[in-house]
Amino acid sequence: MSGVTALPARIDALNRLYGHAIDDGDYERWPEFFAEDALYKITTRWNYDRAMPAGLMLCQGRAMMEDRVSALRTANVYEPHHYRHLIDPPVVTDESGSAISATAGFAVYRTMQSGVPEIFCTGKYVDRIVEADGGLKFGERIVVCDGERIDTMIVIPL
Amino acid sequence: MSLLDWNPEDFSEIPYAFYSDDEIYRRELKRVFLGKTWNFLALECEIPNAGDYKTATVGEVPVVAVRDEAGAVNAMVNRCAHRGNLVCIDEAGNAERLTCVYHNWTYDLRGNLASIAFEKGIRGKGGMAEDFDRSRRGLPRLRVETYRGLVFGTFSADAPPLSDYLGPEMRANIDRVLGREMEILGKFQHGLDGNWKLYIENVRDTYHATLLHSFFPTFGLNRLSMKGGIEFSDGGLHHLTYSIGATDRPESQYNARDLRAVKDGYALNAPELLETWPEYACGTTLAIQSIFPNFSVQQVSNVVTVRLLLPKGPDKSVLIWWILGAVEDTPEQRAMRLRQANLIGPGGYIAMEDGAVVGWVRRGVAGAEEESSVLAMGGRGVERESDSRCNELSVRGFWQGWHAMMRDPAA
Ligand code: FES
Ligand SMILES: [Fe+2]
Repeated sequence: MSGVTALPARIDALNRLYGHAIDDGDYERWPEFFAEDALYKITTRWNYDRAMPAGLMLCQGRAMMEDRVSALRTANVYEPHHYRHLIDPPVVTDESGSAISATAGFAVYRTMQSGVPEIFCTGKYVDRIVEADGGLKFGERIVVCDGERIDTMIVIPL
Repeated sequence: MSLLDWNPEDFSEIPYAFYSDDEIYRRELKRVFLGKTWNFLALECEIPNAGDYKTATVGEVPVVAVRDEAGAVNAMVNRCAHRGNLVCIDEAGNAERLTCVYHNWTYDLRGNLASIAFEKGIRGKGGMAEDFDRSRRGLPRLRVETYRGLVFGTFSADAPPLSDYLGPEMRANIDRVLGREMEILGKFQHGLDGNWKLYIENVRDTYHATLLHSFFPTFGLNRLSMKGGIEFSDGGLHHLTYSIGATDRPESQYNARDLRAVKDGYALNAPELLETWPEYACGTTLAIQSIFPNFSVQQVSNVVTVRLLLPKGPDKSVLIWWILGAVEDTPEQRAMRLRQANLIGPGGYIAMEDGAVVGWVRRGVAGAEEESSVLAMGGRGVERESDSRCNELSVRGFWQGWHAMMRDPAA
């Protein structure tokens, strides 16, 4: 497959599917975009630039992502809301190793019960992408938010 | 009657208007934040070297904490004595002198006005007025004291020494949690859609913990038999809620091997998220501490945070929180701290509801300026009658301290 479609286009497609799954509320599909032992972390530019290890969400492996989804479905209390991801075309930063390094800017709008979409977060994805199960999966996705501040709460992954 | 004259018999009914009223808010800024309180400014480890500075906020007043050549920490108002420009614009940095970019007035690391551009004019023409006295125009200084790496400042000449202000009960917990070399693992901000006191009440509210947050019960993560209690500083200004894990096996509070789901399908797939180690000899597994008016030290299993809540007008506030680790952590311990950090913060499994509830109460009390809440769980007084956590005693204690300061600027 690879070689037929250019790599940036394949990553772009992966990012779009990822954003649509979340925006459509199809949260159970979210972990499926990751390799089994993948790392997912939400942090901010301030922390990322200083190599601070803590995150706002930190999932080591798909099982922890599945737990995020089941907590969102069954345990945590929040007002219903949804996202809209706008994701830039990716920039491939390194494809020499076994994993591909890529990054893409994004904006996420959030619509709470007020009914008004508001910019919830802008930032960039810093990804390591691997070939697995005949397709591309995230081996690592670091979500680097531009702002330092999360408004009210965050339960749905970015 | 003006809200400012509120003088109740006890603190079991709080007017909702206190969460939105502008006059109350203006008075709080003056009498609480600029009054006889110690306000958290920075962690010492954020400004380790001479010339390191970090900006902070007291109430709404911009402040800068600076380490000087002698190693002491000073704090000054971050406002140029000339025409009010911010002196330090970067959030943190290092400088030999603090220089205002507008007209280049410079200050030393103690806030003294060190030089004025063109003070003597140019070729004898212009220059500052004859009667201008540089020594009287420094940056206003705060009193500064540190405790266990925490830097506090006050605008009050009459506030008691920091150590007395905290009191022995509060110092003991800070000693326990922060009494070793700590480092920052992350720093985040949380925007809250409500008055600052709504969040402070939540921190001090032991009643809601098992009711609002259902992550642990949903996944069948019932804690082993626990003992707990509440401590207060003298007068009830500060508070500490704590739990102690089963004393025979302090390590097994959330031991992954012991976790069992109540219902099939509701188990965690990755229970290692909750793996802990017995960090404290006393077996304390949870300690939530609030230091009046707006600072908190929290230990949730092995996650250590310090939090500062900044008021941003009558109906907005911002929480700044630092996640800390011990410098001596092993890699395994560090990894556990970072995984457990999923429990706390705006996305925390057992904490995300706290941010949301601030906004819901703000929306709930809109138009109810004439009405009051009820804080009568565990009686109406502020005298401790039991160690039960099903109690709103510490919330009443907050209002008592707040009321004393709001009534009397010299309280
Ligand atoms: S305002 Fe600072 S030098 Fe003029
Ligand atoms: Fe809570």
